[in-house]
Amino acid sequence: MASTVEELVARAEALALDVDLTGVAAWKEADPARRVVGYLPVFVPIEIITAAGMHPVGIIGGTDQVEIIRGDAYFQSYICHIPRSVVELGLSGRLDVCDGFLFPSTCDVIRNMSGIWKLEFPDKYVKYVDVPQNFDPEIGGNWWRHEITSLRADLEKLGEIEITDESMWTAIALHDENRRLLRNLYDLRSERPWLAPTSEVYLMQRAGLVLPVQEHNELLREYTEAATNSDRPLMDNSRIVLAGAFCEQPPLGLLRTLERAGCWIVDDDLLLGPRMITEPIIDPEGPVGDPVDALVKAFLDKAAAASFIYIDEKVKGAELADMVDKRQAEGVIFAAPSFCDPALLDRPMLARALDERGISHISMKYSENTGQFQTIREQAGTFADALKLWSDA
Amino acid sequence: MNGLDCWVGIDLGSTTTKAVILDSEGAILGRGITNSRSNYDVACAVARAEAFVDARFALARRTLEADAELAPRTELLLPVIAASFAEAKHGAALDALRAELLVAARNDFYKSWQPALDRVLGEIVDEMEVRAPALFVPGAERKSDFFRDLASSSFMQLSEEAADPGTMPQDVLIGMFDKAIIKVENQELEVSFEEHVGQALDRLLEAAGLEAGERARAAELMEYAVGMPLQERAHVGTGYGRARLPFPKASIRSEILCHGLGAHATFPSTRTVLDIGGQDTKAIQVDERGIVTGFQMNDRCAAGCGRYLGYIADEMNLGVHELGPMAMKSTRKVKINSTCTVFAGAELRDRLNLGQQREDILAGLHRAIMLRAMSLLARSGGVHDDFTFTGGVARNPAAVRALRELVTENYGERKINISAASIYTGALGAAIFARRAEDADESTEEAAA
Amino acid sequence: MTETVPAQRDASMALQKKILGEHYHALAQAPETGAKTAYTFVPGNLTELIRSFDMLPVLPEINALQSGMRKQSGDFVREAEKLGHSEDVCTYVKCDIGMLKGGNIGPTGEHIPDPDLLLLSYTGCFTFMKWFELLKQEYDCEIAMLHVPYQGGGEITQEMVDYIVRQLEESVIPKLEKVTGKSFDEDAVSERLALSAQAEEDFVYVLESAKHRPSPIDGYFGGVFYIGPIFSAFRGTQAGIDYYQALRSEVDARIAAGKGPVTPAGEVTDERYRLVVEGPPNWTHFREFWKMFYEENAVCVASTYTKVGGLYDRGFRHDPSKPLESLARYCLGCYTNLNLPQRVDLISDYVREYSADGFLINSVKSCNSFSAGQLVILREVEERTGVPGGFIESDLVDPRYFSAANIKNRLESYLQMIEQRRQPVGATG
Repeated sequence: MASTVEELVARAEALALDVDLTGVAAWKEADPARRVVGYLPVFVPIEIITAAGMHPVGIIGGTDQVEIIRGDAYFQSYICHIPRSVVELGLSGRLDVCDGFLFPSTCDVIRNMSGIWKLEFPDKYVKYVDVPQNFDPEIGGNWWRHEITSLRADLEKLGEIEITDESMWTAIALHDENRRLLRNLYDLRSERPWLAPTSEVYLMQRAGLVLPVQEHNELLREYTEAATNSDRPLMDNSRIVLAGAFCEQPPLGLLRTLERAGCWIVDDDLLLGPRMITEPIIDPEGPVGDPVDALVKAFLDKAAAASFIYIDEKVKGAELADMVDKRQAEGVIFAAPSFCDPALLDRPMLARALDERGISHISMKYSENTGQFQTIREQAGTFADALKLWSDA
Repeated sequence: MNGLDCWVGIDLGSTTTKAVILDSEGAILGRGITNSRSNYDVACAVARAEAFVDARFALARRTLEADAELAPRTELLLPVIAASFAEAKHGAALDALRAELLVAARNDFYKSWQPALDRVLGEIVDEMEVRAPALFVPGAERKSDFFRDLASSSFMQLSEEAADPGTMPQDVLIGMFDKAIIKVENQELEVSFEEHVGQALDRLLEAAGLEAGERARAAELMEYAVGMPLQERAHVGTGYGRARLPFPKASIRSEILCHGLGAHATFPSTRTVLDIGGQDTKAIQVDERGIVTGFQMNDRCAAGCGRYLGYIADEMNLGVHELGPMAMKSTRKVKINSTCTVFAGAELRDRLNLGQQREDILAGLHRAIMLRAMSLLARSGGVHDDFTFTGGVARNPAAVRALRELVTENYGERKINISAASIYTGALGAAIFARRAEDADESTEEAAA
Repeated sequence: MTETVPAQRDASMALQKKILGEHYHALAQAPETGAKTAYTFVPGNLTELIRSFDMLPVLPEINALQSGMRKQSGDFVREAEKLGHSEDVCTYVKCDIGMLKGGNIGPTGEHIPDPDLLLLSYTGCFTFMKWFELLKQEYDCEIAMLHVPYQGGGEITQEMVDYIVRQLEESVIPKLEKVTGKSFDEDAVSERLALSAQAEEDFVYVLESAKHRPSPIDGYFGGVFYIGPIFSAFRGTQAGIDYYQALRSEVDARIAAGKGPVTPAGEVTDERYRLVVEGPPNWTHFREFWKMFYEENAVCVASTYTKVGGLYDRGFRHDPSKPLESLARYCLGCYTNLNLPQRVDLISDYVREYSADGFLINSVKSCNSFSAGQLVILREVEERTGVPGGFIESDLVDPRYFSAANIKNRLESYLQMIEQRRQPVGATG
């Protein structure tokens, strides 16, 4: 019998909050040859890990559950929260299951964490993944091809395996499917947010950080179907887009607070990494040529706008404003982690773009362990009411 | 009479100023404490005066204990003398308070409340005087040893009773008090030790606890103890406000070094020291000689310091000393994420509104503070045996409990030293530095000769 | 690097002030002379290339730190925060935005012209990218990006060099040609690189003079003046060469006379502590900060901040025989582009090579590129060298983040600890 929405949500929540990675450990134990590779936010070419037969694990912090003791000893008070909790997880042995770690070029903090890991965990494979900021296929494209190729070679060594083109294509197909399912779910949420509220959709996404992609795809299918068919009553809230939360994640309580305050989040940049590539990598006719070329091309041509990718010739904030239009949203809530350079430095530029298009916005800060939502509730509630007044007027 | 050499250490903290006096053997002769005020010179002088009074008591004790006849009477005599002295000091401060209140009431701003204002203020101080002796019965529990705290709490109560919203608002009275108390605190009140020893002995005689012969002998001994010249050979200052001490640079040492040495002197096997004071938190590693090998201090943020507890106490309308005992009654774990002083109040109210118990929230807050201390300890090099916890917060049982738990969870079993006099650790270290520096000078002189 | 020179001036200081003044004047005159300007950053700057097109470089970081020293940065930062910038982020950026909004008046009081080109050298700091994206919204001008990969693996690879050279050839140089209407002249760049290499020799000699006892220079507080010309607009110029020659002779004279460094309060005559310093200085209270050191006779013998514009002392020289590759290697090698293990190695080497008594980290709130991981550096360097590490916190140009009492307290404690630890075992403290 198919699972109910509630059962699926409960399962996803258990996975999302499994900071001890017990599920991943069980997967690994089943076969001594199995390898696990953790990656930090935001973007890594996750397909290569899957192609290597390894389990990719999104390391996104400690939620509001993990008490920070040693992690605080590593970072000054003016640095964001996620590195503290990740160090806490590492030093407390909760990341021991990982054989390797990828630190992408998100910001200077995550960049420097790659060095901390090299010093603290000399036995683990550690790679800093430097995405290109030049988008000429022959220049930035070549650089990215080099990064992907060296990652591929490293994982071959780590797993004592060969990563064939065939397994690369299979992995790309699985992740294409994963992104398609996520886009579907986002579409459902935008069309009928009362059926698939963000507090659930987010858990479905987050569960994917600790599941092999095949299992995650199955969970997304089940949930989307169950949510679509559920008989939840229509609720008329203000429609907002959430921006700024692509790296350190807000606590669940914050997302729930926004919804309770009368905001349907109809699009967002939460857990952006696995959704960065916005269109299928594989052509409709099927795989052609070199899979590494396909990954390179996908990043150059199909990546979502993000703070950590150079704006180049594009217009800052245009994608966000377009997203507001596409989702028929009424406003934007910037919710950025405290001390998050990329999000906070982008904010004035994004705000300007929204102002130019007449889109309302408010701004708030959080950290992954924010414990009180009173102010946020009031702020979001007032914003939701104001948006309603505007749209009624 | 040959004088007694002594060495003085002064720790000028943000909340309290402490003084310690050492004798030539390095034994502690006296300790003094007072609340730090806007005027550091006065705080320093008061703490030092207190320590010298305390030293007199120590001398008195030594003298009594050395006397075959009166030695058994020591425990009877000394507390009475001490209480009498404290009461006299309190009385002198009340006199000063009365005078300053009347000065404050002269201000034109309060004209409309006169002459009733003078009368009400007078009546309040009269009543404070009536109530004072009860505070100084030997063995009586006092909420604080500071005049400001004692006077403030009874003035609040009495002014509330005396006030009338129409004719004499309590705000006006409290305004007077706030002005006057600052003046009183910044006076050095002369209270003669000798005089009060005499009074105390008379009292003992009246109470028939002492025979006339014994009284005469006691008076003789006390006279000796009181008359013994205390020769201050050298002093060293330390603490947050040390730069403001009127000492030459050579007589000033960093609080880190003093705390390390003071902790080492109290507990020689100490290797890690945690000091949580009002303004800052320090994690210090020392070697087997008490020499500091590493340290970390908290950053700009006041979270994790004694000051944070002060905010919480204000927010809950409690005295700081009441927080710990209340938190000890906690039965459920509440996790507090925000140690930010700015948010602490909001989070507190939020949680109380949610129906959580005050005790449980307080226990959570204490753990949150100690988590900050744990990260400083980790930065400084961890927690090694013996581990010594000092500073004002070390007197808070809930803070100690949280620290014990966290140390055990993260470092395993550790021996944790906490001494009742831990607040004097910095001043003790300073006094030892004073004594050593002079030794060093002497040995140089000897070598030269 | 600045106009605010120590009270006791050396001839080299006056020279530096003169050439800087001339540079700012040339910038102010640019609208009349028709000279084109390129805004760019210190780490990974392409001064020889820019100058080969007869363009004048403008360095917003330098403007920001100058504003800090001139006590203007507080207002600029607050102005940017009023415009919606977060209090959490880099104050160089906010200071620059605030200065721009206030009319872009440079440190000499003359107007700084708008850029003809924003040349974003994305080296060692993510915030640079955001900074130029923000500036792009303010100016209608060309913008060129040079992405310099990070030394995540702890080395410079040929792929990295090739990537940068290709960007120079295909992206940066065409933009320079477009803006100036001139053609790229490789020989002109080479000539300038040869001049750079010459000045670099003298610069390294000056830095390494601190290995003497007593050190004739302060390699941090004095060092920020010494790096001025070579880190900014004067690489590849005769003025730069003249400056470093003059500086070198002064240093030689100090060594010969056995003299200590010059400070605003005179010479350090009794070098008591030799420190290696990691992290940028605070600019808003630069003198007060420095005073805390020289009052205790603490001399900074080496620093990492003086390597943000290149690790010349580890052997790098601009190479006229391979101009673009040499520029690429220069960009890759700047200090903030090193990974954490490399930084630990470098600081540990400095402690040994410069016979330091300790190393001190000034952790600045603004700069995560420097700051994230410094507490790990602290512990690792202590373990490797056995000398004690110290830790203080401040900011670049936000005066609200400089607590003199707090810093002095920590610094004094730290120096007294070093002193106490010098006591032989068996002695009492």
